[in-house]
Amino acid sequence: MDAMIATFLIQDGVTSGAIYALLGLALVLVFSVTRVIFIPQGEFVAYGALTLALLDNGRIPPTISLLVCFGAVAFLLDLWDMRRRTDARTFLRSLGLNLVLPGIVYGIVTVLAPLGLPSFAKALLTILIIAPMGLYVYRIAYRPLADASVLVLLICSIGVHLAMMGLGLVFFGAEGLRAQPLDDANYTIGSLMVPAQSLWIYGSTIAIIVALYIFFERTLLGKALRATAVNRLGARLVGVRTQLTGVTAFMLAATIGAVSGVLIGPITTIYYDTGFLIGLKGFVAAIIGGLASFPVTAVAAIGVGLIESFASFFASSYKEVIVFGLIVPVLIWLSLSHTFHEEE
Amino acid sequence: MTFRRLLPGLAGILLLAVVPILPVPPFWITLLNNIGLASLVTIGLVLLTGVGGLTSFGQAAFCGFGAYTTAVLSTHYGVSPWLTLPLSLIVGAAIALPLGLITVRLSGHFLPLGTIAWGLALYYLFGKIDLLGRYDGISGIPPIEFGGYRFLSDGSIYYLIWFFVIAVAIGARNLLDSRTGRGIRALRGGGQAAEAFGVNIVRAKLTVFVFAGVVAALSGWLYVHMQRSVNPTPFGLSMGIEYLLMAVVGGSGHVWGAIFGAGIVLILKDVLQRFLPGIIGTTANFEMIVFGILLVIILQLAREGLWPFVLRLLPKRQPRPVPASEHRLAKRTLAPAGSPLIKVEKARKTFGGLVAVNDVSFEVQAGRIVGLIGPNGAGKSTTFNLITGIASLTTGSVFYEGQPLTGDSPRQIARHGIARTFQHAKILPDMSVLENVALGAHLRGSAGVFRSFLRLERDEEATLLAEAAYQLERVGLGQYRDRPAGDLALGQIRILEIARALAADPAVLLLDEPAAGLRHGEKQELASLLRKLREEGVSVLLVEHDMGFVMGLVDHLVVLDFGTLIAEGKPAEVRRHPAVVAAYLGGAA
Amino acid sequence: MTGNLLELSGIHASYGRAEVLHGISLSMKAGSIVTVIGANGAGKTTLLNAVMGIMPARGTILYDGVPVPHSVEARVAAGLCLVPEKRELFASMSVEDNIELGGFLRSASERAETREELYARFPRLAERRRQLAGTLSGGERQMLALARALMSRPRLLLLDEPSLGLASKIVTDILDIVSELRKTGVSILLVEQNARAALEIADEGYLIELGEVRRSGPAAELAADPALMESYLGTHS
Repeated sequence: MDAMIATFLIQDGVTSGAIYALLGLALVLVFSVTRVIFIPQGEFVAYGALTLALLDNGRIPPTISLLVCFGAVAFLLDLWDMRRRTDARTFLRSLGLNLVLPGIVYGIVTVLAPLGLPSFAKALLTILIIAPMGLYVYRIAYRPLADASVLVLLICSIGVHLAMMGLGLVFFGAEGLRAQPLDDANYTIGSLMVPAQSLWIYGSTIAIIVALYIFFERTLLGKALRATAVNRLGARLVGVRTQLTGVTAFMLAATIGAVSGVLIGPITTIYYDTGFLIGLKGFVAAIIGGLASFPVTAVAAIGVGLIESFASFFASSYKEVIVFGLIVPVLIWLSLSHTFHEEE
Repeated sequence: MTFRRLLPGLAGILLLAVVPILPVPPFWITLLNNIGLASLVTIGLVLLTGVGGLTSFGQAAFCGFGAYTTAVLSTHYGVSPWLTLPLSLIVGAAIALPLGLITVRLSGHFLPLGTIAWGLALYYLFGKIDLLGRYDGISGIPPIEFGGYRFLSDGSIYYLIWFFVIAVAIGARNLLDSRTGRGIRALRGGGQAAEAFGVNIVRAKLTVFVFAGVVAALSGWLYVHMQRSVNPTPFGLSMGIEYLLMAVVGGSGHVWGAIFGAGIVLILKDVLQRFLPGIIGTTANFEMIVFGILLVIILQLAREGLWPFVLRLLPKRQPRPVPASEHRLAKRTLAPAGSPLIKVEKARKTFGGLVAVNDVSFEVQAGRIVGLIGPNGAGKSTTFNLITGIASLTTGSVFYEGQPLTGDSPRQIARHGIARTFQHAKILPDMSVLENVALGAHLRGSAGVFRSFLRLERDEEATLLAEAAYQLERVGLGQYRDRPAGDLALGQIRILEIARALAADPAVLLLDEPAAGLRHGEKQELASLLRKLREEGVSVLLVEHDMGFVMGLVDHLVVLDFGTLIAEGKPAEVRRHPAVVAAYLGGAA
Repeated sequence: MTGNLLELSGIHASYGRAEVLHGISLSMKAGSIVTVIGANGAGKTTLLNAVMGIMPARGTILYDGVPVPHSVEARVAAGLCLVPEKRELFASMSVEDNIELGGFLRSASERAETREELYARFPRLAERRRQLAGTLSGGERQMLALARALMSRPRLLLLDEPSLGLASKIVTDILDIVSELRKTGVSILLVEQNARAALEIADEGYLIELGEVRRSGPAAELAADPALMESYLGTHS
């Protein structure tokens, strides 16, 4: 292997690593705030990438119908909860959030999609479709389980993953799709050729990390999320609603998932079930970060990307075995470095 | 009536036995075979998830190990399937053991996450190895033979599969209903109480994990000889998830629920695969949407699964009489009254900069009742935890009969004959009162997994249960013996904890606020029980808040305030001590 | 309308199947300090948790003459605030962030105003505003817990064992602050082990035993009641 190939592999690894980092951060975020191990994170990636690919073809993505369905189910569940006690404000809020919002998104997309928008606008449209799904997934699947154990929430996540992956199959079909890059230019730096899409990926990852940092350090809502992660009871006692932090965390996760999908869609062919594998690689990083540390997760994600990239060069058929097998030494290390700790 | 209780089970077995003879469509038999194979895996998961509080999405990979072991040995090396059976099981265990060792010490969610990752990794691995025939797999696998009869047809291997299912289910129930099983069932409550009575909780977790791995391997072995060929597909993550779905649907705490859950999921899958394409118009694995939604709904609406609904239709289980036992458990010889038993020397515990226990020294003598008192936050509970091994000393030492206890785990401390109760009672609410007490006698028995599985430990079990029943009578809870412990009132639960401690045949009883929440009459009964124990030579150290309760009872009082010993001596003297009055009622008012 | 700020009647609460409060009734006037005292395990903390809504309970809780809202958050918004026994601070966040979060339901201008008042009242916290809450001493943590609660501009402050684990000098300081607070119009329901000190600053007292009210009355009378001594030191028997 010469330096040329090594540089190429490193670049490739860092590119996918950056996306794994985004997903890993979202997973740590959701887990620390809600105790949910969010397996379906990867489905947002697939939905994002496939939605963008369809928009590229000037088609109306079926995810908007899915969004409306999600909203309708959430609204029905809200109605059921309101059957005994309700007031106009709660009802209107539920109506607005669950029916009006997806309706508006539906309208905007149906009008704009056939117009042949610039790439960047299509990317934004994709995020607009996917991000509210986080809200509904939380409302439908997880909110009724707010008091459940981590284990029950994890099993629930598996259920959500199955359902979302299956819906992906229904709405997108079994064919793989590839989106157009945001910018198909290539830059050469020395002997290295860097596609613009990679620069978009690096830039977006850094931007999201910075945005998350500002959100958590500077805004009251961000601090409330951190407070919930540190001490749930304390957070409730100052009036932070568990639902508010839950919804926020899931919205952020869905947004990050959609962004990752938009970024990865043009560099690899995405099938309805590819998101799961991509999401799991983010998981490997999040587990290395103990599902708690943002910086360790981000660094570990780059490491996962690099290992994957080198593994596909040296032992391409064992790539997945190596990446997922990585979890075993990580668990050994966690097991030895953590003092024995019993969960409630 | 035992027969009425057994009736549904016997009827079920009979029905299973005649199904292949009846004129049913052949795919029914295939479906039933698959249900049987899945049931085996699911029974393991029920023990792991519902009983042990762990879970795994990677059970399908263990099936794969069992399957490939026999496939390779019987095709490439011509080994008889009966010889490969133990080997398949051993391989399953050998893989489960190290994986379990890695994860059982971590918090509960790392194990399932790990299983997702290796479930995927192993699936890819099966598909890459030449010896295993890569993604094409291995075919031409010989059928199982027995006395010249070859289990070739679906209808014949059916009996073999269901024989194993029923045997494993009964064995699993035997296991749960035993000394080892109580330790496993105690895992769900966090295991702290179990550990205080000598249950090795790491080993208990490993036991269920390995058990689940072995039965999955058994399922794989049967699968291969039914199918007569093997490829990686049925051992992937999606099958692993499906097995977990079966366990959740059936009811993750019930062994028979496993079979029920496997049945529901596979029948549903069959129906969906038949009819969904007709509705949607294309063929694909759309059943996963239904499965996913089903999983979420069951977790939200019926977290105990569907089996409890079936149980309601079945005749109620009669409480079993406690088996008579002519053996009495050996009792330990107690140290002569007055000899020093527990010695706390300059014990100190700091949390960060906070000194919780500040160089406290005192002694508990054999045959005495010693009270450790002090206002809230005085460091009583921390001191108590230093003695029971739950917290570790910063400096100083604790001796038992002259031997240092420093660094011993609660389990090792239990072996010395130190039994305890908890301030926040740690009972297992779903287990009967009797079984809760029997957990206390854990160290007085020795039967392990194999003897329990095969019911070879009935003599010992009878002795343990008889001892538990005796202790319940002794503390006056005899009439509640067969009730779930969660039905008891708070005061009774405290007494139950004392009975459990007594079942350990302790030399010293450590009681953490035994009178809190007890009514006046209950307190008096507790006091007279403790006096009786003292007469029998048992020593007692109790942490208490209720001065009225300790005053007339204890021989010696140790008073802490702000982690420091402020007074020590006979109760009457201590009560007049100005520092004590100030500590309790507030500063020199 | 009774004119009381808080009116509890027949409060029952259970842990699992074990009932720990067997019908507690209590009333307090606006602007008063009422203390609930009693031995460990009597149910004092459970009572406060029930009033705050973090422990489900049966019975009626009237706040300002109307049933108290259902959720904890709505109760905070209505002016109830609990300083729990374990303080429940955000240990890995700064003192300033802890205080800021106390005003989560208040507007930015209200927060800014209250914050300055609080730093004036607790100069120790002002000095340590950048420090992590987890690194504070016991007394400072209690101050921070109080400050965080005050940030929500409560009308009724529920204090659970504010003196717990604190040296007597700090206890005096804390209780001084509590009686100061009353002058600003905050009503205080104080659960305290330190009976004498609590009764000294309170207007009314309730002695609770095993989840029932054993004695109640003006604080001064209760302080002299032999039942108090009996309940704490078990002088009978």
